[in-house]
Amino acid sequence: MASYIARRLLQLIPTVLFILIVVFALVRLLPGDPASAILGDRAVDADVERINRELGLDRPLVVQFGVFVKSVATGDLGDSIHLKLPVTTLIADRLPVTIMLTVMAALIAVVMAVPLAFVAALRRGTAADSTVRGAFQVGLSMPVFYLGLILLTVFGAKLRWFPVGGYGEGFVDNLYHLFLPAVTLAFSLSAILMRNLRSAIIGVIDAEYVQFARSKGLAPKLVLFRHVLRNALISTVALFGLSIGTLLSGAVITETVFAIPGAGRLMVDSIYGRDYPVVQGLTIALAVLVSVTFLLTDLVQVWLDPRVSR
Amino acid sequence: MTDLAPPSERPRRLALPRPLILGGTILLLSIAVATFPTVFAPYEPDAFDYNALLQGPSMAHPMGTDNFGRDVLSRVIHAYTIDMQIAIFATIFPFFFGTIIGALVGYAGGIAETLFGRVVDAVITFPFLVLVIAIVSVLGPGLVNMYIAIGVVGWVFYARITAAEIKVQKRLDYADAGRAMGYTHMRIIFRHLLPNAITPAVVYWMTDMALAILLGSSLGYLGLGAQPPAAEWGVQIADGKNFMATAWWISVFPGVAIVLTGLGFSLTGDGLAELLRTKR
Repeated sequence: MASYIARRLLQLIPTVLFILIVVFALVRLLPGDPASAILGDRAVDADVERINRELGLDRPLVVQFGVFVKSVATGDLGDSIHLKLPVTTLIADRLPVTIMLTVMAALIAVVMAVPLAFVAALRRGTAADSTVRGAFQVGLSMPVFYLGLILLTVFGAKLRWFPVGGYGEGFVDNLYHLFLPAVTLAFSLSAILMRNLRSAIIGVIDAEYVQFARSKGLAPKLVLFRHVLRNALISTVALFGLSIGTLLSGAVITETVFAIPGAGRLMVDSIYGRDYPVVQGLTIALAVLVSVTFLLTDLVQVWLDPRVSR
Repeated sequence: MTDLAPPSERPRRLALPRPLILGGTILLLSIAVATFPTVFAPYEPDAFDYNALLQGPSMAHPMGTDNFGRDVLSRVIHAYTIDMQIAIFATIFPFFFGTIIGALVGYAGGIAETLFGRVVDAVITFPFLVLVIAIVSVLGPGLVNMYIAIGVVGWVFYARITAAEIKVQKRLDYADAGRAMGYTHMRIIFRHLLPNAITPAVVYWMTDMALAILLGSSLGYLGLGAQPPAAEWGVQIADGKNFMATAWWISVFPGVAIVLTGLGFSLTGDGLAELLRTKR
């Protein structure tokens, strides 16, 4: 286990390097240059040159990349053009909100998906099964911003059960403010998890070791949770890990719909304001967050099934 | 499925899977509406009517009117043209280039495959939408830039699927036979292997078109995709968001169109997968 963790940690290094290369290439190699994007169409040549010099864009690419990696490694992601603050400070300020929203959504998705998957799998072919699977199809086709807007109107503006946006003060208030957005975000993920878990449960429920556990006279609930669920979860955890990127993408939209001051909202605002350093820094931060989550879900898989680590 | 299965569980030949029939019907209707919007739409999509502002659904305006008096139904119908275009243009280039690159990588193996694996790893660590909007932020908003942004990322998934399939096919006897006949590698890959390896990529393409509509309308909603006053479902939902409490129909109906079209694509994908699986 320890050597597996060490190996996976080492694998993070090339991944992060690749992330940096992609983000670097994105800003430097795509058509359209940051300076005129920042200054607008009527930019004066002298201003363009000044911005290019400030951003270090007048130096050779290799040198630029070296400088870029070095500054990222020392935690310096540059300064926001509009907010006049270090990007690192902004990310440290906003990213926790996004992480909290995402974790809440993940928990809600699991709480919705696991019982539904059991119902659908154990009553395969019944009306309950087709209802759950039909809801899955709709859930996958429902855009996050649309669902958010509807929940916001019904449960926020009309019924006034929940606030119509913002983040609130203090932990409990934060949870209250984030509940509706988290449900919005959880919806499609729970659909994906539910479908996978349903077929995984169907796959193991008639396995010999489950029949053996039953014939030993173990309580049906114990068999379900210790033998069926644990083994059915392995592939679902892998899928869960791969879905984190989708979840963060959804968080960007959800934060915009619910006016939550998180990293996603900051990203969208920075794009409107053409605030390059912030977009670049956030892209790196979110990608690193995803690769760390990959690592964590890998570890959970090893815990569920030690054979995975070999 | 083995021969021991009772007759009722054996796959019926000839019969099309139900999801394919349902999804295919939705898609054909959507394509018809997208191609001939003026036949279906009662009004011009941009026709202002200041005598009919924010009216609820009625006989004259089945989906009501928006804050400029534009007919919501006509806008939803005209949006089919843009959103179906998004589904196709955002996916056809990734499909085309992705399968070609995947075929080459899968056939070559070795260093090419290892390198490609690292590219895949790097791309999947980026939240898809975050990477796409980062690219759009460099290129500027608009539909064409959106296609480019999705294409830059999207080909990877097709390439990965095709490479895996080609790796299986290239070990089969007919590939060896082709080599023994002295065919060039290109001829073996594209004339012989790819036709047998492309099925999973085609099935994924259907799902991907549903995803493209979700992504396209999301970018439209954020103001980074289709630009107002264009009739596009995401743009329409954004237009109506401040009227949700008083005039819900402006945003709700375009969303129904998104869900319905998405269902059409994903049901077709599921049905296609089922059909091609039983054929094997």
